[in-house]
Amino acid sequence: MYKILSKKVLNPTVTQMDIEAPLVARKAQAGQFIILRVDVDGERIPLTVAGFDREKGSVRIIFQIVGATTFKLNQKNEGDYIADFVGPLGRATETEGRKKVCVVGGGVGCAIALPVAQKLYEQGCEVHSIIGFRNKDLVILEDEFRAASKYFKIMTDDGSYGEKGVVTTPLKIALENGETYDEVIAIGPLIMMKFVVATTKPFGVKTTVSMNPVMIDGTGMCGGCRLTVGGQTKFACVDGPDFDGFLVDFDEAMSRGSAYKEFERHAYEETCNLFKKEVE
Amino acid sequence: MANNMSLKRNEMPTQDAVIRATNFNEVALGYSEETAINEAMRCLECKNMPCVSGCPVNIHIPEFIAKIKQGDFEGAYEIISKSSSLPAVCGRVCPQETQCEAKCVRGIKGESVGIGRLERFVADWHNAHNTENVEKPKSNGHKVAVVGSGPSGLACAGDLAKKGYEVTVFEALHLAGGVLVYGIPEFRLPKTVVQKEVDTLKALGVEIKTNVVIGKTITIDELFEDGFEAIFIGSGAGLPRFMGIKGEALCGVYSANEFLTRNNLMKAYKNDSTTPVMKTKKTVVVGGGNVAMDAARTAKRLGADVTVVYRRTENELPARREEVEHAMEEGIEFKFLTNPLEIKAKDGWVDGIICERMELSEPDESGRARPVSVPNSDFNVEADCVIMSIGTSPNPLIKDTTDGLEVNRWGGIVVNEDGLTSRNAVYAGGDAVTGAATVILAMGAGKTAAKAIDEYINSK
Repeated sequence: MYKILSKKVLNPTVTQMDIEAPLVARKAQAGQFIILRVDVDGERIPLTVAGFDREKGSVRIIFQIVGATTFKLNQKNEGDYIADFVGPLGRATETEGRKKVCVVGGGVGCAIALPVAQKLYEQGCEVHSIIGFRNKDLVILEDEFRAASKYFKIMTDDGSYGEKGVVTTPLKIALENGETYDEVIAIGPLIMMKFVVATTKPFGVKTTVSMNPVMIDGTGMCGGCRLTVGGQTKFACVDGPDFDGFLVDFDEAMSRGSAYKEFERHAYEETCNLFKKEVE
Repeated sequence: MANNMSLKRNEMPTQDAVIRATNFNEVALGYSEETAINEAMRCLECKNMPCVSGCPVNIHIPEFIAKIKQGDFEGAYEIISKSSSLPAVCGRVCPQETQCEAKCVRGIKGESVGIGRLERFVADWHNAHNTENVEKPKSNGHKVAVVGSGPSGLACAGDLAKKGYEVTVFEALHLAGGVLVYGIPEFRLPKTVVQKEVDTLKALGVEIKTNVVIGKTITIDELFEDGFEAIFIGSGAGLPRFMGIKGEALCGVYSANEFLTRNNLMKAYKNDSTTPVMKTKKTVVVGGGNVAMDAARTAKRLGADVTVVYRRTENELPARREEVEHAMEEGIEFKFLTNPLEIKAKDGWVDGIICERMELSEPDESGRARPVSVPNSDFNVEADCVIMSIGTSPNPLIKDTTDGLEVNRWGGIVVNEDGLTSRNAVYAGGDAVTGAATVILAMGAGKTAAKAIDEYINSK
């Protein structure tokens, strides 16, 4: 059992938790992920590490309430326990030797992009951050990003905060103005990462994306997380989750990502209804 | 008592094929005491014991069968457990027909003694009747780490614990048992049977730490720093292989590992499971091994019409004969000399699989006849789900994080006859070494390594 040391609501659909998991905290690095089960008989879900405190032995997760499991997780409070928490899995984001990097985050993906930005910042890299959200209410981690970035831009789809528009707009302008990045690191919805790649490709800027496909064991056994990268089958759990954005088949990943949509919607509705009944 | 000279062995009572194809309860129901004694009477107790030489862990087969003849079932169990750590498991999943039973003298003229069935009977009898608590042996003060709680790890841990070692087993998943829980289906190996074996190990003092991925959470070198004097790696087979044909990333294409893990470990076949599995109508399983049979029979139980496509003929099927027969009885169709070329798509989902006909030619390096394609023989097999069951390649996590650990061309860990790797005090066995093989071979490797680890630590 793994204790929830703290819980913080970041916005109406996104929650942050620090989980007591000393073995994971000892090793975790930006870009890696964990797998958890909320309760016995629960589903295994992967979540990317959003931070860690090696001394306290805690690992930070930030999750959006999108399905039954994240709904159940969100019902837990500080001091409660979750059944399983394993990691750190996957390869850490490569940051060594980078002098100037643009970190692009979208929605809850910003939770994963932040530790990458912070790691780069700490090693003396010039970090430019562009983060985007649907609207003002969904904005998370703005201050933290500002603190780690030399240049910072926040975008909202409806213009209710920051600038109106998508993250690729300022990225494109920067590249057109001759900005030279060692790398662009994009973390967010698949569609966003696809368009970031479409933006950077003409400029030939190395672009890394963090993939979050369906996963079960997360340790290189089930093969559920496979992606086509450069025409080859790769496994996000052991080969990734970071991949060369120019080589990822995003359309295929989006299609595979939607395979259980219907099941998930049902499960989510059922769980919500059950919970409502309990409350009543 | 006179020997039973019947040429035929006692049949294994099974659930009716039509009924069992709709449930996940165990197919084979096991011998009764009476049947077990009757079958035991068929054993001639040959002095040279050819059956024992066919057993990878050299169970004293005629001795335990002699005990059954006397009705001393617990005595029989004691004899088996001297050599085997997981009798209830091996009695169910061992390919006895190519091992002990293949050497049985009774098999020359008639059917061999049902050794596997008797082993299973003895283990089940023991588990049902024995209430005695296993005694934890006195500690010898030496710590050994075992990586993976599958058959090789459990066997290694069990043997070492009995000798007084303080054994910690590290398991990556949330549940102990390895392939016995995620791979082999409930209807072939009930998970309560596995749990019982794991509980016995715990009673012997073995500590099982789940949710620890060696190579990630803790490295091999860190285990030594933590005071372990020797390490056994039984991390199992790894990533599923795919054919590299078009359409393998469509929705509706599973690896057998994923399909079986969803159903066995995560119980997706149950209606209230939190883990989904696609409810499909027409499932095609590609491959002919035991895992393919498990996947096909699981898909059938989920309600699909199932076809197994295999590029050689029925004679070359690597799966156990019994599994193939069970699958056929349950209504699973087999298309032999058939090779997939492309999985067709409709809106991102599987919509049929194009195959070509094959014919057998000269034997290849594996000694099996090589299948070659018949030109212009393409045809469509209806499908909305495809399960690829064509083997695995070794998991890279430990080799990538352990300096000096030698692996072979395809990534399997290199060991000597004692199971020792290229690293001092690091042993390995099971599928991580051999590639996908059987439970009993893995168990044998675990036992060999346990013996070597004991000798190594004693000689320090």
